[in-house]
Parts: sequence; C-alpha cells; structure tokens
Amino acid sequence: MINHIDLSTVLRRTVCDLYSDLVTRPTGAAVRDGIEKQLSELGDRSLTVIDFSHVGLLDYSCADEIVAKLLMRYADDSAPRDAYFLFRGVSDSHLDAIETVLERHGLAIVAQADDGSVMLVGTLDDPERRAWEAMNKLGRSMSADLAREAGIAPEQVERVLGALCKRRLAMELDGGYVAVGAVT
Amino acid sequence: MTTVINLPPSLDEKTFEVVLEQLAPVPIDEKVLLDGRHTRWASPYGLTALLTVAQTRAEKPALVAPEAEETGSYWARTGFFKYAEELFEMHGTVHRARASGESDVLLEITPVAKSEDVHEVVGRIQQKSSAILVKELNIDAKATMGFAMTLSEACQNIVEHAGRGGWVAVQTYRWQKRLGRRVVVIAVCDAGVGFRQSLESAQGRRMSDRWDDGMALEEAVIRGVSRFRDPGRGQGLAGVRRYIGRWDGKLSVRSGTARIAIVPSWDEDVPLEEKLPPFPGAQMQITIPERITDR
Repeated sequence: MINHIDLSTVLRRTVCDLYSDLVTRPTGAAVRDGIEKQLSELGDRSLTVIDFSHVGLLDYSCADEIVAKLLMRYADDSAPRDAYFLFRGVSDSHLDAIETVLERHGLAIVAQADDGSVMLVGTLDDPERRAWEAMNKLGRSMSADLAREAGIAPEQVERVLGALCKRRLAMELDGGYVAVGAVT
Repeated sequence: MTTVINLPPSLDEKTFEVVLEQLAPVPIDEKVLLDGRHTRWASPYGLTALLTVAQTRAEKPALVAPEAEETGSYWARTGFFKYAEELFEMHGTVHRARASGESDVLLEITPVAKSEDVHEVVGRIQQKSSAILVKELNIDAKATMGFAMTLSEACQNIVEHAGRGGWVAVQTYRWQKRLGRRVVVIAVCDAGVGFRQSLESAQGRRMSDRWDDGMALEEAVIRGVSRFRDPGRGQGLAGVRRYIGRWDGKLSVRSGTARIAIVPSWDEDVPLEEKLPPFPGAQMQITIPERITDR
C-alpha cells in the first residue's frame, strides 16, 4: 500500500498552522511523531511518500529529527512495522541538510525528482549502489539476475540485497527484489 | 557604591573585551553604570552582548545612552532600547524607533528563548534578506536558504543549551577598514551556562586534565561534541562552519574565559584566545563578506 504524507500539512497540524519552515529539534520531533501516528494506521507493510514540496526551509536539526531518526527507527530490528520511504519534492537546500545528516549516521534514502526519476542520497558502499541501480533498471528481479547486472559475485549478492532491504532502500516482493521508487 | 564602566567609542566584538575587563572585578551584586555617552558606533554583537551584561547582574545596572543623535537613532532602529529599557535603568536620551523604508538592519534585536522564537526569526529573515544577500553581497540566490539555516542553528544553541534566553541581530554594513567590502553579520548572544558547563552536564562524560573553556569550545565548535548522547547532535555548529567555509566567512564564539574563531584569509584574528575576563554564556558572531566576482 502506498501512502502519501505532505510534511507541510503535518507541520501545520502538529506544531502551528502558520509555519512553513521545518526548523528546530522540537518541531522535527513533533513532525516525526505525526508521521509515525499515520504509519501506525497502515498495515504491517507500507511504502510512504514523504513529500517536502511545500516545505520552505529545512535545517540540520529538523532533518536529523525527521529523516535520520525515522530511518533509524524503521531500519532497526525492533521496528514496529515493515515501512519504506520515498522522499519527494526535495529542493537543493533541503538536500544540503538531508545529505549532511545521512552522512553523519551512515544512512541513505531514495529521493524522487520532479520528472519521476529516482536517485540514492547518502552513504552506500559500491556493491550496494550497483545492486540498487541494477534493481532500479530491471524492475522486480531475482537475485541471480541482479548479481549478473550489477557485477556482484553470486555468493555475495544475497548479503548485499539483504542490507539494502534492511536499510529501507529495497524490498522483497513475491520472491524477488524491487527498488524503493520503482514501485510507485 | 556604583562602579562606572566606560563603553568604548566603537563597540564591537573586539572592543567589548574592554567592557568585560572593567566588569570582571565588580561583584555581581554591586551596582554598575555603563557609560555609553561617547559611543559612536556599535555592531550587532556589541548591542546584543550589552543586553546580556544586564542579565548577569543581581542589581539592575544603569546605562547612559549615546549622546550622538545619529548613534542613538541607530540603536533605536535596531530595537536595542526596547529591551534595554526593561533591563537597565536608562539615562540620557532614549530615542524612539521611527518607521523607515530602506534599512541595513536585516533583523532587529530579537529575543530567543524557545523553539517558536527561532521560527519567528527564520520567517522574518527570509522575507528581508534574500534580495540584499543577492544584490549587495553577490551571494548566490540558492545560498540565501543556507543563510537562514545558519541563523536557525545559531539561535538553537540558545534554546538547547543556554538555559536562559538571549538575543539575535543581523545587519549588513560596509567594512571599509579591514575588508573594503560589505558584510552581513549575525550576532547571537546569551548569558546562560556556556559551553564548558553545558558539556560538563553530559552524563558519564570524562574530563581531561586540561579541561577548561578553551577546550570546551574546541570540542563543541571544531569537533561537534554536544552534551546530548544522541549521535545526531552537534550538527548545528558543524553546519554553520560548513556555510561560512563555503562563503569565505568568519565564525567566532566566546564562552567563559575563551574565544575560538574560524578565521578566513581576509582576517588576522587568532584561532583561540584564552584567559579572557570571565563572562557567562556564549556570544557568537558570524560574518559573511560580499563575494568578489570576476567581471
């Protein structure tokens, strides 16, 4: 199930209906709580589009509270549900803050541009990046096909794909793998 | 007994040390009178730091306003007297701010104590600063968002760590003597707990033998250490550093008895000053110079 969360709406609903900037840690924490509340109403497995289109400014503190902490919570073994995220409407200035916090925590996200194309942002090792790009190109694929396309040894590919799934960048679907962003 | 503290003719980050040197030996419950009659100019740092002086005194201090009409009128335009009248026993002519069109004051002196104040500051600066940063300082339009982010993180330092409210102000002016260019200056000053005490409050933190204000500033400003154990903390000042690095700017932070600076090539400041007169809280200045483009 694909869910859509407009961050500016969450901001106005949870913090103040006059705000359009995502700044300060308390604001970020309140918005993350709002997101998690919406996620709790979804099924056990979900893909959520987190939409920054109507957000003015995003500072580092807020990026850390919203993006980094959300990812860390759902990439953890004790995550409350199997949730995946696609980030949309991310401007260059948003990206500056988001990339900084992702690098700090060793995280990565999938961001979708206005033309619908998707890209990885953050920290990934080379095999992870190649495997994700192969997945994005091929659509839902089996591990052997992905190993061939990405140039990864067959005995290593399951580990790489498992890591991408755990990092919320790809998901297992009907016995194969699919990149987050390729299923919207 | 009242001790008279003479304010220098030009009140800025450097000359404010003269004020603190005079203030340091005076017990906090003793009355002081800050004599600003002969002050002709003050930077955002000078004015916001002056307000924090009042916060550190047990006995309400007195302040004599500048005699020069132009100076008094400028101080009024920055919003200084609005807060000074609450904190000081005022003497001399206190000018009233008059509405004016064009102004080099990008953000009047604004109190910062809570998250909502940061939202207010960021909203106001975006409305006013964008055109000025682009037209007067040749800063890329995209970078104006980074400027607001920098301001946001600097203000949050007060909200997250100071333990009491402080002030922020932003202004542009021509820095003729040192640089021959226009600059935009952010000053964020508080009289809270300061960096050393803030880091000391971290649970389980082990202090080294030479733990002092200078080292606390190095930890927080250079290495991004925070009192919070959350690994995401400490990114605010790192972001400020990155922004000033990108735009050849300068960052200086004073806390306790030390002052640290990230010094660009156009400035001759020292990276770390220690054994300064003690003063509570943290006082930060960010300077972004006009960008010189090849034409």
